[in-house]
Amino acid sequence: MLKDQDRIFQNLYNDKGSDVSSSQERGDWLNTKEITDKGREWIINEIKDSQLRGRGGAGFPTGLKWSFAPKEVGSRPHYLVINGDESEPGTCKDRDILRFEPHKLIEGCLIASYAVQAHVCYIYIRGEYFVDGQKLQAAIDEAYEKKLLGKNAAGTGWDLDIYIHYGAGAYICGEETALLESLEGKKGQPRLKPPFPALIGLYGCPTIINNVETIAVVPTILRRGAKWFASLGREKNTGTKIFCISGNVNNPCNVEEEMSIPLKELIEVHAGGVIGGWENLQAVIPGGSSMPLIPKERCETLKMDFDACVEEKSGLGTAGIVVINKDQDIIKCMARIARFYKHESCGQCTPCREGSGWMWRMLERMAKGDATKDEVDMLGDVTNQIAGHTICAFGEGSSWPVQGLLRHFKKEIEKRNNLDPIVQKKNNIPYLVDQHLLDKKNA
Amino acid sequence: MSLRRPAKDQPESFEFNASSLDAAKVIVAKYPEGKQQSAVMALLYIAQKQNNNWIPLAAMKYIAKFLDMPYIKVYEVATFYTMYNLAPVGKYFVQVCTTTPCMIRGANKLVEACKEKISENECELSNDKSCSWMEVECLGACVNAPMMQINDDYYEDLDKQKTLDILDKILNGETPKPGSYRGRVNNEPENNRKTLMDLKNA
Repeated sequence: MLKDQDRIFQNLYNDKGSDVSSSQERGDWLNTKEITDKGREWIINEIKDSQLRGRGGAGFPTGLKWSFAPKEVGSRPHYLVINGDESEPGTCKDRDILRFEPHKLIEGCLIASYAVQAHVCYIYIRGEYFVDGQKLQAAIDEAYEKKLLGKNAAGTGWDLDIYIHYGAGAYICGEETALLESLEGKKGQPRLKPPFPALIGLYGCPTIINNVETIAVVPTILRRGAKWFASLGREKNTGTKIFCISGNVNNPCNVEEEMSIPLKELIEVHAGGVIGGWENLQAVIPGGSSMPLIPKERCETLKMDFDACVEEKSGLGTAGIVVINKDQDIIKCMARIARFYKHESCGQCTPCREGSGWMWRMLERMAKGDATKDEVDMLGDVTNQIAGHTICAFGEGSSWPVQGLLRHFKKEIEKRNNLDPIVQKKNNIPYLVDQHLLDKKNA
Repeated sequence: MSLRRPAKDQPESFEFNASSLDAAKVIVAKYPEGKQQSAVMALLYIAQKQNNNWIPLAAMKYIAKFLDMPYIKVYEVATFYTMYNLAPVGKYFVQVCTTTPCMIRGANKLVEACKEKISENECELSNDKSCSWMEVECLGACVNAPMMQINDDYYEDLDKQKTLDILDKILNGETPKPGSYRGRVNNEPENNRKTLMDLKNA
């Protein structure tokens, strides 16, 4: 288990209060000027050396991302945008940072803004977190009052303004270019890349977008040194991470732990074990609903980091661990996730808009045992038609969980759905029907 | 995609009241000059707050004029995002999360409770017209599942009986205390905390 002094988010459970003076006691805002005085290059290199990878799901190296920002500010200003549109089922870590450690985030914003030469920073928070956003706003107001923001913020000589922008219930706005569209006051439909936001982003200006957790760990890394951060976890998967353990466990919780911690330790030690005992475990979704599930046998030895999860054909994603025990119907669980994606597709690309509905309807029938034998392979075929054929990664995100189900629980589906296809062909099969026609009838 | 339609009965006109107008001006000032369109989401939210928790078409037209942008663009935004209610909802608007992490911890019991107390169907007003409920997708409080949101507040760690009690309260016009209903502190592992104990005991 990680030592308490190595935990970055000391106030994760709000033992001490989130105001500026108690944050300062925990070491926030301590000589921020000393950090910025060392210069942009030093900051970016230190973050590179720490091997910090983005905490929002994709795991892109943060230092590298910052280095993409143009070295000189041209005619267009630079922007820093913080992605707090946490909507991935199974994930609720950013909410705790917003409400209990807001000053870590605000200080991180200042340092990151300095590093990428931005004078304005927008924090995009999902609309449902209105109360938590108000708490962050209170912290921002407090920071302005103490001259930690605004002109010559915290004595660093850098001017910075932070504004909160609330979303309004669209999962897709967690995708960085959709988030920018939303910030510009449009529908949240992702943009084509390239051009990448680092060159052409918000209002057509160079924009760096980072997750809340990524930015909030930056000040601590720079204070304690890249070497300290890199000494935790393992090569390329360094540091600490907030894990959200939900589902069928005795004590669902958020906990900050070292990267590469065994999944079994997380569940047994921190979450109080699986309901009904470890033997009752069926499968685990390791990184939020977009990541393929991992069956029990593999969970025994799985280490929770980016590369180890990829080796299991899954991913660490946002580290939202959903534990599913044997009392649950795994097909139904995945059908519900498919319904989530059907609901949240932005509708821009046809494979995703239509395919997400197909997958949902097929899985619903499979859960009931109404599907035919050949539909199991057909479902796999549908997922392959979606993944990789869309503008953003939502296509992959919606089809991976279904592929994971097919990979590990195909026998279960086949056992339940053994209808003969020739007989069933006479029936009205919904997945051949255009979704809009169906919607019209139901409207 | 979700299917969203504006209500059939629409009021003829809409205007911001004084406090909404002040709030709107503060928000427009957050964005660079000429980029006032960015404020559309927040303004729709203000309009919704002012107008009993739903947005009429007249408000969209008003906001379009206010921000000097085409009406259709406001309409697009209002119909794209699911938090904008395009038809009247109750004064107490109950949203029950039923996505997988909540589902496997018994969110369907919460739905049952809503059906018993409020109305048989989603998005239908209760008998006294004060309350309505709907199923929503993940609200981002998965370790506190099952949970629901009433207006801005989260009610966490629920079961059927606790939900019935909360709904009884709101139907009586009270606002119950938000947060966990198993008495645990925020997101810590209940009775099983092993980290940062020095801070807890300090």
